[in-house]
Amino acid sequence: MRCKRERVIFLQQTEIAVVGGGPAGLAAALEAVKMGCQVTLIDRHAFLGGQLVKQTHKFFGSSKQYAGIRGIDIAKRLAGDLDSGPGKVSLELNTTVLGYYDDGVLLVEKDERVSPLFPERIIVATGAMEKMLLFRNNDLPGVYGAGAVQTLMNLYGVVPGCRVLMIGAGNIGLIVSYQLLQAGVEVAAIVEGDTRIGGYLVHAAKVQRSGIPIYTSHTILEATGENCVEGAVICQVDEKWQPLAGTEREIAVDVICLAVGLTPLTELLRQAGCEMYYVPELGGYVPLRDENMQTTLPHIFVAGDAAGVEEASIAMVEGKIAGISAAGSLRSCTKIDGLLEACRQELHELRAGDTGDKSRRGLEKLRKTMEKRKYAEKDESTGLLRA
Amino acid sequence: MRVIQHPILHFQRGREIKFTFNGRELTGYEGETIAAALHASGVRALGHSPRLNRPRGFFCATGNCSSCLMKVNGIANVRVCITPLQEGAVVEVQKGKGDILATD
Amino acid sequence: MLKKTKVPAFYEHKNGLPHAERMLQGPFALIECYQRIPCDPCQYACPREAIKTFQDINDLPEIDYDRCNGCGRCLSKCPGLAIVIIDSTFSLQEGLVKIPFEFLPLPVAGDVVEALNREGRVVCRARVLKVENAQWQDRTPVIWLTVPKEHVLDVRNLRLIQGDERDGGRYNCLPL
Repeated sequence: MRCKRERVIFLQQTEIAVVGGGPAGLAAALEAVKMGCQVTLIDRHAFLGGQLVKQTHKFFGSSKQYAGIRGIDIAKRLAGDLDSGPGKVSLELNTTVLGYYDDGVLLVEKDERVSPLFPERIIVATGAMEKMLLFRNNDLPGVYGAGAVQTLMNLYGVVPGCRVLMIGAGNIGLIVSYQLLQAGVEVAAIVEGDTRIGGYLVHAAKVQRSGIPIYTSHTILEATGENCVEGAVICQVDEKWQPLAGTEREIAVDVICLAVGLTPLTELLRQAGCEMYYVPELGGYVPLRDENMQTTLPHIFVAGDAAGVEEASIAMVEGKIAGISAAGSLRSCTKIDGLLEACRQELHELRAGDTGDKSRRGLEKLRKTMEKRKYAEKDESTGLLRA
Repeated sequence: MRVIQHPILHFQRGREIKFTFNGRELTGYEGETIAAALHASGVRALGHSPRLNRPRGFFCATGNCSSCLMKVNGIANVRVCITPLQEGAVVEVQKGKGDILATD
Repeated sequence: MLKKTKVPAFYEHKNGLPHAERMLQGPFALIECYQRIPCDPCQYACPREAIKTFQDINDLPEIDYDRCNGCGRCLSKCPGLAIVIIDSTFSLQEGLVKIPFEFLPLPVAGDVVEALNREGRVVCRARVLKVENAQWQDRTPVIWLTVPKEHVLDVRNLRLIQGDERDGGRYNCLPL
């Protein structure tokens, strides 16, 4: 009896598998290739760049993180560097990593076919997803995540509606509001539950001088409409974020855009058995990892929003670190310590500003947890009783 | 509703594609997703929740949330927010959880 | 105040202004950037090195007004679009304000438009003197507006006068 040829599955091998082709994954793949490693970069989308491909604004940061260049163009540059790079990256687009097996095999799916991939190291750079907010009728068509609005508008050139209510005055809410204006869409208001604007004030100033009010200490109570969003009821909240009776008002909008934060996409890490820790400042459950972006499973590294939600510039530097560390564990190179130290210095600077306090708090929690864990390990190895 | 001019972006749309939504003929462009083409034609309610029959649209547009499941060319539970539009696609609102064994 | 709901009030940005004498000597750049954020392209944007070198990427920009001649090279380089050029010596009655503007339709020289303040309210009418939109600006055009002198510190945006037929028409807005 002959086996159908298409049913024969070969075990593909690679040195480093990078899961996710956004800013973190691209930076990781580039560094690993530079160090002479064989890299397989996997992304479930048809394009590289992740969220960068919808960012029309010029980026902040320093020239090391492509400051002053629009996100869309950074994506092109990074993808171009990958093409013209010193080594070869085998690129697997439209490919989803379905799961991890205990023997270190990744199961990947492409064109409705699955195959196993056996990498020596894995870098998880899967990014993050939009958080939801509880309010009446939040399931009506027209309630969209900010990322979805960007995809529709900046990738496909389709406007989400005629008049938008933005929920959240963090950087994403402010930037997407500005992008909506650029696409010719009216923004009725930006609503923020906190007492202050969370995003950069220069982003806030850009939308404010276009006449968009930012209502702090406000929230959305309800979406109205039968089949689709036709309006929204907003109200003021007290310092405990409880709605204040009598302050409700209805705004006529056909889109409610949620920019209320992101949460790391960590399914793969969790399933692989990386130890996770809940850090609300970083968006939810994040993998424990050391300063080289190594998780509690020594052959799995993490970078970007999957490691904790922060800015894209930080994702790129974390990607570099993960790429260098993963490659460094396979190839010996004398420059590694210097390279890693330079990256860590970059990260430190990027997080040192007024808006970096949340990240700093979250990362401190992670660091302490890692330290405790190290002591615990030591205790176990020496057979001493733990306090 | 499509953006014609944009201060930063230039949209290079592929060739025009015809497809049907619940039997109605619509047009979209090669290279875009089914959800984008539907949205451009003003279709925002993509389905109904299986239990309470509430209208559903997309939410994440990146294949995570499964709010946009539709029947495409007879196959149920297709995430239209990440599925490329193809010539002659038959796109339908699906009933309930969809019949995964259907072969029509 | 600044961080709450409001745009920076005058007293909050007056620290960034040059002294009164310098303001009467000709055009100067004003950077409305009052928050320590990791961002530094402005310090490399000035051909006359008038923006002081940062010690830390989060430093607030500081201008040496003896060096700044208000050329406007920095406007399109600031990712936050936070820089404007102000020239209160433009004419006897009018001052000149140069602003970055990333929207369509772009006005053209000779247009009369509505000048908006930091909250998007109309403060006066302005005449468009010039539109700079060179390749190096990377799609961040700079619009030169002449406005009555008393408004030069308030004008930060513009919009076409209502009923201008160029407005709208950027997309087909089919009713949903």
